[in-house]
Amino acid sequence: MRNTLKSVILLAPGLGWLALFMVIPCALIFTYAFFERGVYGGIDYIFTVENFQRAADPLYLGIFLRSAKIAGLATLFAILLAYPAAYAITRAPQRYQTALLIFVILPFWSNYLIRTYAWIVMLNREGLINQSLVGLGVTSEPLPLLYNNFAVIVGLVYNYTPFVVLAIYSSLNRINRETIEASEDLGAPGFTTFRRVILPQTITGVAAGGVFVFVLSIGNFITPDLLGGGRLQMVGNLIYDQFLSARDWPFGAALSMFLIAVMMALLFTQAVLTNRAAGEGRAS
Amino acid sequence: MTTSDAPRRTFAHLTASTACALALLAGAAHADKIVISNWDGYMPPDLLEKFTAETGIEAELSVHATNEEIMGKVVAGGGKGYDVLFVSSPFAEALHNLGLVADIDHTKVPNVANLYPEATELAHDPGNAYSMPYAWGTTGLCYRADRMEEPTSWMDLLAPADDLKGKVTMLSTDRWLMGAAALALGKSLNDTSTGTLTEEEELLIKAKKDLLAYDDSTFYLKLVSGEATMVQAWDGWCNYGIAENAEIKYTIPKEGSDLWVDTIVITKASENKDAAMKFVDYVLGQDTGVWVASNILYKTPNKAAMEALDPALIESFPNMGMKPEELIKYEQLRDLGKGQKEFARTVTQIMAAQ
Amino acid sequence: MKMGAGLKLHLVLFYAFLYVPILVLMALSFNRAGLPTVWTGFSLEWYGKLFTADPIIKAARNTLIVAVVSTVLATVIGTALAVGVETRRKSSALDAVLFAPMIIPDIVLAIALLSFYSFLNVTLGLHSIILSHVVFNIAFVVAVVRTRMRNFDHSILEASADLGASEFTTFRRVLLPAIAPGVIAGALLSFTLSVDEFIIAFFTAGPGSSSTTLPMQIYAMIRFGVTPEINAMATIVMLVSFTLVLVAQRADKEVFTR
Repeated sequence: MRNTLKSVILLAPGLGWLALFMVIPCALIFTYAFFERGVYGGIDYIFTVENFQRAADPLYLGIFLRSAKIAGLATLFAILLAYPAAYAITRAPQRYQTALLIFVILPFWSNYLIRTYAWIVMLNREGLINQSLVGLGVTSEPLPLLYNNFAVIVGLVYNYTPFVVLAIYSSLNRINRETIEASEDLGAPGFTTFRRVILPQTITGVAAGGVFVFVLSIGNFITPDLLGGGRLQMVGNLIYDQFLSARDWPFGAALSMFLIAVMMALLFTQAVLTNRAAGEGRAS
Repeated sequence: MTTSDAPRRTFAHLTASTACALALLAGAAHADKIVISNWDGYMPPDLLEKFTAETGIEAELSVHATNEEIMGKVVAGGGKGYDVLFVSSPFAEALHNLGLVADIDHTKVPNVANLYPEATELAHDPGNAYSMPYAWGTTGLCYRADRMEEPTSWMDLLAPADDLKGKVTMLSTDRWLMGAAALALGKSLNDTSTGTLTEEEELLIKAKKDLLAYDDSTFYLKLVSGEATMVQAWDGWCNYGIAENAEIKYTIPKEGSDLWVDTIVITKASENKDAAMKFVDYVLGQDTGVWVASNILYKTPNKAAMEALDPALIESFPNMGMKPEELIKYEQLRDLGKGQKEFARTVTQIMAAQ
Repeated sequence: MKMGAGLKLHLVLFYAFLYVPILVLMALSFNRAGLPTVWTGFSLEWYGKLFTADPIIKAARNTLIVAVVSTVLATVIGTALAVGVETRRKSSALDAVLFAPMIIPDIVLAIALLSFYSFLNVTLGLHSIILSHVVFNIAFVVAVVRTRMRNFDHSILEASADLGASEFTTFRRVLLPAIAPGVIAGALLSFTLSVDEFIIAFFTAGPGSSSTTLPMQIYAMIRFGVTPEINAMATIVMLVSFTLVLVAQRADKEVFTR
């Protein structure tokens, strides 16, 4: 009885908030997917499944796959950068850790747009990076670092890696020192200790961070627009265009429903794999 | 006084003071106040203060970044809370068709007499029944005269010469992106027939290979820095480049341009329509028009203002001197109505092409 | 806890990666002309302009209010939610609901919320932005706190109860300190997301400058070029925050020690 009451107190505010401010409003929008677009952009309440048929076009699938590829690469690089950084912070003296963490996130209290402009300054043909590369003799010609996939990935990794650091730090800290020491005492080389003791215990943090980057990247529209020179159409731009430029809410709603379904499937696969990996660590 | 009286008295006091406060607030709410949504920096910064000083009507400014966003907000929210909106003409037309804007009573906006006659016969709203034009202009080619010959055709942008490959940009806003192709092919800007859209799509996908980028906001900077040699640009924006580097010039290709118009509308949801109309009237005054032209380097359809302009301005920025008779020759963008869906799909196809 | 040389180097390089673009944008705040990507000479005029740029300062203040309030709300509600979810049996339906705010495209959420508020005839203002920001902030806080609870040894809660502590005391003095790093990380994440969020803020804001946030103001400036005033503002925010953290660090070591 007490447990149920406790559960209710803990869960009710959050679930209530989400029900009221997410589930209900979004459900209303998703019903639009079953109606037609009005001539001037409103809704004509005529039932149709045409929007779902249109959404099943390979054009949109192609956009999604390309976005997923870019988001996936950004996620990979973000994790590779963030893990050692988070680990290093947990190894720093206790009293500096929160400050170090805040310093990681501080740059992101400036504005997304001006950070993106800063990258344009650094990446363009006469920008800082090319000037250094040519000046140091590493390359003879400036490299095309801007208005392409590379620039978009750099932008995404830059803006979202700190979130991964926070997620991994959160799971890292609690690692039972004893299990690490035990592993080392038993003669396991460093990497084995990492792979079979530390990593499994932090896999949920890595997974959470990875989800953050992937989800935020796939919905991003500013970075492909400015750093990608608009040459890449990502899912974020696509959904935006339907709601704002085309003013085709029914179609936008249908596309969003497909997107959410696919993302949910991906997330659940990830959750299953993560639990298995975490379980393995604990079992051994 | 017994102890049980105290809570009752306190309660009575509380109720009385609350009632008074509410009455005061209600009274205050009736003072005339209007909310305007506009692009940032598109109006004189002291316009609202001067307007309030002159009419006693309070005015608050809300900013929007693009037409599409303010459209989305007004359609989703019914326009509640806004009185005056600055939007481009095809959007004003759509808002009107959706029943979201009010008619403008010309007797309450006498400064409409300041407008050029051509500006009262605009394609989307002849007679200015529900919108008043604020600024207008063309879309053409902005280029570095010290690095290339004057371009003569839209095809110079869409199929650039070898030394221009990778040094040109196009606008990313759908209507103008497609507009370049439409003009090059001799089609109407508002034509959404399948044949036309397919031709435009082919042309633009081919053109994409030689583009540096699609750019809506920093294209003139690319000219200044030398990253680009020729860009598709709105004439006013090209002037910002010209202001930085006198080698930059603007030209309209032989196939022509579009005439874009930024307009002012009043929302149907407005509870202060008279006050809103006073504001529109104020904006159409000569002084505002002169500020608009001199500061943001855009042409305004305000005859009184344009004739009062400093000739030196027109010398530095030749496209400011275009006459309404020339401008009105160009086709104006209209809301695409039923053709919007196919049009949107074509644009997605182009933007997603690898 | 010692840190190997390789690890230290990685951390230093990592901070360099994070801060070089910031140094670039700080440098641009001294750019003579108002061009965001071309250098034309040194000038302090943008700092001067900033102090008279009322809309920017007002917007910054609004952004701070929205970020702080929505972070506090999301952290409290989200932490409770995370604890509640992790201390009961797994439910995919619950997990799906908790993931959803992250996955739903922000434009969809923005339009859905505005339509919803409009339907209920709610007056919009900063409060409507806050209500909306809490939605996605909760999802991120929950995700981060849950990772903390995964490695959590539930037996110490039982031990605490066995020793006679009340539910609340157990929560306050055993559970909370143990998950604190997760809660702090979640709060930082939530604050950062809120400070930079544009589309939901734009759609759910009330009309007028009293509900305009900094991202809304900055994006609206894009038509006439983002001027170095914004860089000046960002520079000041960076320097002030940096200084605050250093000062707090020195002044109260207790706060940062666990």
